[in-house]
Amino acid sequence: MPIELSFFLEVLVGGLLAGMMYSLVALGFVLIFKASGIFNFAQAAMVLFAAMFIAGMHQRYGVPFWLAIPLTIVLMIGVAWIIERVVLRPLVNQEPIIMFMSTIGIFFALIGFAEMIWGSRSRSLDIGIPQDPIFVGDMLFQSYDLVAGGIALVLVLLLALFAQRTRMGRVLRAVADDHQAAQAVGIRLSTVWVVVWSIAGFVAVVAGVVWGGNLGVQPVMVDVAFKALPVLLLGGLTSIHGAIIAGLIIGAGESLAEVYLGPIIGGGIDNWFAYVIAMAFMVYRPEGMFGEKIIERI
Amino acid sequence: MTFSITRKLGAVGMGLIIGMTGLFAAQAQADEQYLPSLVYRTGPFAPSGVGFADGFADYASLINATGGINGVQIRLEECETAYSNDRGVECYERLKGRGNGATVVAPLSTGITYALIPRARRDNIVVHSMGYGRADAADGRVMDWVFMVPTTYWSSSTVTMQYIADQEGGWENLEGKTLVHAYHDSAYGREPLALFRGYAEEYGFTLEEMAISPPGVEQRSVWTQIRRMQPDWVSLYGWGVMNPTAIRTAASMGIDRERIIGGIYAAQDDAVRPAGSAAVGYKAVTFHGPGRDYPIYDELQEHVFDAGNAAGGGDQIGNIAYNRGLINAAYIVEAWRQAQEEFGEGEVMGREETKWAWNQLTVDEERTEELGMAGLMPPINVTCEDHEGGGLAQIQQWDGESWNALTDFMEPDLERVFPMYRESAESFAESEGIEVRECD
Repeated sequence: MPIELSFFLEVLVGGLLAGMMYSLVALGFVLIFKASGIFNFAQAAMVLFAAMFIAGMHQRYGVPFWLAIPLTIVLMIGVAWIIERVVLRPLVNQEPIIMFMSTIGIFFALIGFAEMIWGSRSRSLDIGIPQDPIFVGDMLFQSYDLVAGGIALVLVLLLALFAQRTRMGRVLRAVADDHQAAQAVGIRLSTVWVVVWSIAGFVAVVAGVVWGGNLGVQPVMVDVAFKALPVLLLGGLTSIHGAIIAGLIIGAGESLAEVYLGPIIGGGIDNWFAYVIAMAFMVYRPEGMFGEKIIERI
Repeated sequence: MTFSITRKLGAVGMGLIIGMTGLFAAQAQADEQYLPSLVYRTGPFAPSGVGFADGFADYASLINATGGINGVQIRLEECETAYSNDRGVECYERLKGRGNGATVVAPLSTGITYALIPRARRDNIVVHSMGYGRADAADGRVMDWVFMVPTTYWSSSTVTMQYIADQEGGWENLEGKTLVHAYHDSAYGREPLALFRGYAEEYGFTLEEMAISPPGVEQRSVWTQIRRMQPDWVSLYGWGVMNPTAIRTAASMGIDRERIIGGIYAAQDDAVRPAGSAAVGYKAVTFHGPGRDYPIYDELQEHVFDAGNAAGGGDQIGNIAYNRGLINAAYIVEAWRQAQEEFGEGEVMGREETKWAWNQLTVDEERTEELGMAGLMPPINVTCEDHEGGGLAQIQQWDGESWNALTDFMEPDLERVFPMYRESAESFAESEGIEVRECD
């Protein structure tokens, strides 16, 4: 294979795998928006919160990962319940912007609480995912990325199965379609919110493990949200498969742009170029590739 | 009537208590040297800030526990900046008039330093920027109130280049080699670029400049390109999460960590610990010794740690940031000590006296031994012209558990950097209307 082609493929595949990791974070946003119409600003803080508890329990108290991870999932369910009781329930029927602002409060509260318990020091989170490079001809792939991409794929399949094949999944879809109609047939909105925030918490645990393993666990992990935002803009806020496909496009697009456009216009462009891709698409379809078209009659 | 007398007596008693308390407080304040401490224990860069703040505070506690500076106790007060420029300025303004008045400030951030330089000039307060910006303040002819002790980005980068040349068997062997400078895409990351370009031109090696967009949580595409360049050496100028991500990504690309040399702020524990085993062999330039194998730590143990007075949770002791906090405080205390020798032992030093002392601060090898900090704290010799004090730096290496010094403190190439300092400082002087002073 010519070197240029193999290099292109290496960059492309690396970008696609990076995009899968962005999708992991984006999924949490989508789940909550889809079920409640709330843009959950705190999703990235939930990722950090989960990662800090897993790494903290392991390093400070020697709790093995196989135990620390399920314990953290249980904790995230507790967090979901508290959020529903303390923040969301009192704000039912408020304007979406009020709900959004409340998630900003949740963002800072979660980070502050986690730092209060575990401190601000950075911690490694090595659950044994291999780090060695894999060579296919001249092309190099990172085994960590392949495993992380696989985890993201499995997570999406699980979420899809949950949505399609379980009663609670159907309930969530009903609420997503029409809140008032769902309530009219006896669905309790508060229960749905706890469930959906719990699932978003579970997604945050998975993203926390994958991203924490890659970056180390430290407060700046919340910046992964800025990687998820263009994915949401492109894929739409209400589509799970949109988050995955958009993640792949953004990941590949920014990597190729960095390598092929970067040297021409100065390098270091991958961060903002992702937003350019998303905005260019939004001009044609504001709700994103797979987002639901919102029609408000006045 | 009885009730009234009782009330009156009570009021007099309270008045006496308040008055005496105020008197004692004022007396205590009169004997205290006030030291503002701008820290970032919170925020995205807290992993670097907590250790520094603890080391800085513990050194002040040690001085106080061992009799103060000729009897003068240090009153240290922290203010949280979260590494934000506006909060840094707010902290400075809030603390500068407290106690007997601040005489010196360590901003602990290049951005805050830039913001404070004009304010500190107006207030006649010394700015100690230890190993961060702005590098051209090393030219003491222009900024007589700013000190870069013990080194700058530029001087430390010449030490990095010297180390690379030594490893290659001499400067002449650099011809045809490739050096990649992977940097935080900001003024900080670009600091050593002009220097490296000069070296590349003079010694005939290829310099590849690779910008990494902050915060640097995703760097695959950059390191894919670097791998393709087959670099002989990589200079890494990252900050925060960028460092461990760079090291981990480089490792996954098969790039030899022993050939990656981090800059001063890629030389901390938070650069390597999160990267796990990928960081083993990684090197970095720094301006102090690593670890805690110095006599000062015995004193800290006896007077601070065992007394239960360790700052923070005591979990930062001995890490790189902690050692930086220690030596930063030590230089400040030495300046006050030398000011006292000139203006009166056992007295609290004011702004003029403190600035005088900084302008000729000397901490020689012998003094670092007396302080129990030989090998930890580089000797310095500040002059009217040289506010860097010599610019010594050393190369250290991470073994997976700890940093180890690979070299002694090395002399920077001052003949190369000083013309650059002067050019930049003179331009600053012109824009700010500062008269360049004559140094004999």
